[in-house]
Amino acid sequence: MSEALRETSLTDEHRALGARLVPFAGWRMPVQYEGIKKEHEAVRTRAGLFDVSHMGELLVEGPQAVAAVDRLVTNDVSKLEVGRALYTVCCNEAGHILDDLIVYRLEDEKVLVVCNASNRDKIVAHFAKNISLGTPWNDVSDAWALLALQGPNAVAVMRNLGAPQDVLELPYFHVTHASLAGVDLWTARTGYTGEDGFELFCASEDAVSLWRALLEAGEPQGLQPVGLGARDTLRLEARLMLYGNDITEETNPLEAGLGWVVKLDAGDFIGRKALQAIKAAGPQRKLVGFEMTGRGIARHGYPILADGKPVGEVTSGSPGPTVGRNIGLGYVPRALGKAGTSLGIEIRGKAVDAVVVRTPFYKR
Amino acid sequence: MMATYPRDLQYTREHEWARIEGDVVRVGITAYAVEQLGDVTLVDMPAPGEDVQAHERFGDIESVKTVSELFAPVSGEVVDVNGALESSPELVNEGPYEEGWLVTIRPSDQGELEGLMDAAKYEEYLGTLDG
Repeated sequence: MSEALRETSLTDEHRALGARLVPFAGWRMPVQYEGIKKEHEAVRTRAGLFDVSHMGELLVEGPQAVAAVDRLVTNDVSKLEVGRALYTVCCNEAGHILDDLIVYRLEDEKVLVVCNASNRDKIVAHFAKNISLGTPWNDVSDAWALLALQGPNAVAVMRNLGAPQDVLELPYFHVTHASLAGVDLWTARTGYTGEDGFELFCASEDAVSLWRALLEAGEPQGLQPVGLGARDTLRLEARLMLYGNDITEETNPLEAGLGWVVKLDAGDFIGRKALQAIKAAGPQRKLVGFEMTGRGIARHGYPILADGKPVGEVTSGSPGPTVGRNIGLGYVPRALGKAGTSLGIEIRGKAVDAVVVRTPFYKR
Repeated sequence: MMATYPRDLQYTREHEWARIEGDVVRVGITAYAVEQLGDVTLVDMPAPGEDVQAHERFGDIESVKTVSELFAPVSGEVVDVNGALESSPELVNEGPYEEGWLVTIRPSDQGELEGLMDAAKYEEYLGTLDG
């Protein structure tokens, strides 16, 4: 508790906007401005602007950049074309998840790896220890800021700001270099909300002018600042993983439903052998989505019950403002993973009914 | 900047308010508690007829992000529960001292009310929490 919280370049902007700032992964971050429900709704129906500068960014360069990153992650980076991005996890030798990442191939010999703020030190240490010798790479997290512009009106906001056509038409999970409002940035069609949108990487010293320009340009589109509170409900409805909750060093990507980012036949990577064995044996448990049919809200750590007996734990749970139900994720034995299966969630000593449902809970 | 709290209420350190209305005490949570919670999404309360103990948990209130316990300002029997909160928990945000009340309690010991803070004391107490 005594360690000073880090602040992003935008903390004073958040204060001026009346945000409530809370400690998050060692950072002082806005959890909400106007209120989580309103901000959630803004992103689903209009547009929201997030400061996610606390995220970690590693820049890997040189002729070996692609091969070096490929060896550290489960997905196949070797086929990643310039200007494209992919989602992946980074595992240890046991096949357990160290972090989930987005890998962007910015240039032929320049790869950007974005990791969670809470895992930055761990991933930096993992890279330092395991990256192929002679590969130049840098932790640029402090020098870079990251803004996320998300929602159905994101393109219109970018148009107002004078974004060129190639940015407006940038396909999903692509990235391009651009200049916006006089700021030099990498623009990616990625996000963590289940909506269309962009993530904008710029130099930290440019963050304030970009933030202000976006909020001003987005006013006609109903753009508003959105905090980490709504970011969490948005991502949960879209079944996007939260590291530390849904995936941890005690989970593997196959049981988490992330088999699609594990390419066992596309060259070696750390954790491949272990994951091959897990796949051959069949994962014992499965991360499922559920909704509450009884009155109650499931929360991280609550026991999941079947026939009154504990069979797993809730990893994430909250009201889903758009889906209008109380939803959650949790690990259960594989046999209980089918949609329609009745479960109980133990809430303050009482079993409350829930049912396994298909995910994502929300799809745009 | 600190809000002014209604002068006709009494307050607990856990941010409930109590209003004496004849032989019952109406109970809710304060604007400070509402501000800390954010959007209220569920209120779990005892049924009419149940007994509650002063300064002990009598229910739970949940916002999108968190769960908080509700503490009874006085001991006694629950007379009435705000049923409107079942379908409209946001009433707690919209009017914590009016439509967002939680329960009424028939106190078993009027003397317990003396132990609560008045508005000025509560405001002073809040001043010691922030910062």
